[in-house]
Amino acid sequence: MVEGALAAGCTFFAGYPITPATEISEVMSVKLPAVGGTFIQMEDEIASMGAIIGASLAGAKSMTATSGPGFSLMQENLGFACVAEVPCVVVNVMRGGPSTGLPTNVAQGDVMQARWGTHGDHPIIVLAVSTTKDCFDITVKAFNLAEKYRTPVIILSDEVVAHTREKVRIPHPEEVEVVDRIRPNMPPEWYIPYEDNSRGVPPMGIFGDGYRYHVTGLIHDIRGFPTQRADEIVPFLTRIHRKISQNFFDILMVDTEEADDADVVVIAYGSVARSARRAVREARRRGVRAGLIQLITLWPFPRQILEPYLKRVRAVLVPELNMGQISREVKRINQGMTRIETLNRIDGNLITPDEILVRLLKI
Amino acid sequence: MAEVTKLIHKYLRHDKKFPHVWCPGCGNGILLGALIRAIDRTGYEKDDIVLVSGIGCAGRLPVYVDFNTLHTTHGRALTFATGIKLANPRLQVIVIMGDGDATAIGGNHFIHAARRNLNLTAIIVNNNIYGMTGGQYSPTTPYGALATTAIYKNIEHAFSIAELAVTAGASLVARGTVYHATMLDRLIEQAIRKRGFSVVEVISHCHTQYGRRNKMGGAVDMLRWQKENAVRVEKAAEMSPEEMAGKFTIGVLVDRDLPIYTEEYRKIREAARARLGTGK
Repeated sequence: MVEGALAAGCTFFAGYPITPATEISEVMSVKLPAVGGTFIQMEDEIASMGAIIGASLAGAKSMTATSGPGFSLMQENLGFACVAEVPCVVVNVMRGGPSTGLPTNVAQGDVMQARWGTHGDHPIIVLAVSTTKDCFDITVKAFNLAEKYRTPVIILSDEVVAHTREKVRIPHPEEVEVVDRIRPNMPPEWYIPYEDNSRGVPPMGIFGDGYRYHVTGLIHDIRGFPTQRADEIVPFLTRIHRKISQNFFDILMVDTEEADDADVVVIAYGSVARSARRAVREARRRGVRAGLIQLITLWPFPRQILEPYLKRVRAVLVPELNMGQISREVKRINQGMTRIETLNRIDGNLITPDEILVRLLKI
Repeated sequence: MAEVTKLIHKYLRHDKKFPHVWCPGCGNGILLGALIRAIDRTGYEKDDIVLVSGIGCAGRLPVYVDFNTLHTTHGRALTFATGIKLANPRLQVIVIMGDGDATAIGGNHFIHAARRNLNLTAIIVNNNIYGMTGGQYSPTTPYGALATTAIYKNIEHAFSIAELAVTAGASLVARGTVYHATMLDRLIEQAIRKRGFSVVEVISHCHTQYGRRNKMGGAVDMLRWQKENAVRVEKAAEMSPEEMAGKFTIGVLVDRDLPIYTEEYRKIREAARARLGTGK
């Protein structure tokens, strides 16, 4: 993850120690200063989130990493980043919850919190990583999406992914596609910081570059000043949602295996997707036409990608390490098209390939 | 053109954001004037100043001035400022907070920012009450005072913000009042020029929410109270505790040179490069 962040151009990291995310802070504290970046350990996760927003406003690509309890504390300023449209990346290495929960055990209980944790209607992008290679690739993508759409991007990892050791090849810098935020190029007096355009993403002025403007968590007009006028509130809130929704196909990512001719598909994400992949391969060997759809983008929910499969397959199995957060969403978009089965585990252990296989053979 | 008119034209977003939200007689306007005069004297370009605030009446201050301005969440202004300063140490970052903002919800950030000693300036408007939300008691509401959430009386004991900053390790700590306006100009200027974390506690008044309820009169009466109860630090040193009872000191409480975070971090970068090389 650290390598992915550095490859994407991250120069600022603020964090607070928490298991099982601390390794990211530790490696950042070693590597960031060597590339001229800054690592800081803040007094809590609220402060970490505030610091990465401030750094981003001053031009840095910034990131923090935490786990459930810290993620709860970050929700306040996450909402600020949504409303003020500040690019940043937040990693949540999920552990068992609620509250202090199961600090060293795996879970996927924060899927809904990642979507709705901060108050008010807000757009958000949430990506899930499943392998060590993902940790590099998806972290780069997360920074790119954050910069492109001026939004916080949350990466959901989990304890199993975080504590897995495996070899990955780190690509050369020139192999990595890096996106930077669009900056204003008009004369400063013409700059209207929150003016709509076809992309729905206004160019972002950086503190100190001559485009002096006002940044606030209040609902604001196109100049950034607080407003309570209905004819300014509605266009603002619809624009920040539109900038995500009109670019679904750029944002929605899944990885499929044998899904195109599948009779039953497994929809999985995170470490569970790895178990699912193995189960699907084994099921195929035993003559079951199984397929896997691994969700990389969790939010916005990849409805447009899943619907064609739901129309075609006989059944869907959704294994996850919670009481049914993504399966609930699959059921919501399913509308009776196919049968949705769930497989949930909340005891702090990973769902094994065998557990999934047994279910696939039964379906 | 009169000097004040020039400053208004240069620094206020006068064509956009007025009238302001503050009550007639509020001390925030006096502070805003002092802040502008102080910044003007330091000679910084408008592009180099970042004005950061939290939530509350004082938090609304940056919107009126033509700098890089950032209105953050309640209590968190210093955390955002920390990120800005670390990402671009050339920026002169000034943080405006209220008493509830800085010492209740933001109390932890405040002491840690002081301890960390980044080159930031924190200005804390202390009016002893939560004004914007309607007059609830704050960490600086005096024992025995009345508030909308303490109609029988406040039984908590007040923080002294400036002394808290001294103990937490700030490089420069000063206290002024909105009554002593020219002194306030100088204290803020000194704080901005100071290399290291500087704090200016500004004793102000909320006649609307605090003065009225505590029978302290209107804005003028409360300004008179500031005049009568403020004692210069130098003079206070010669006074007995009995003579100082009920009074407070104004002036520079502490001015010391401590290692600055960004300069220390530069050494960390060198150490990291020596160990890892400049690549990854």
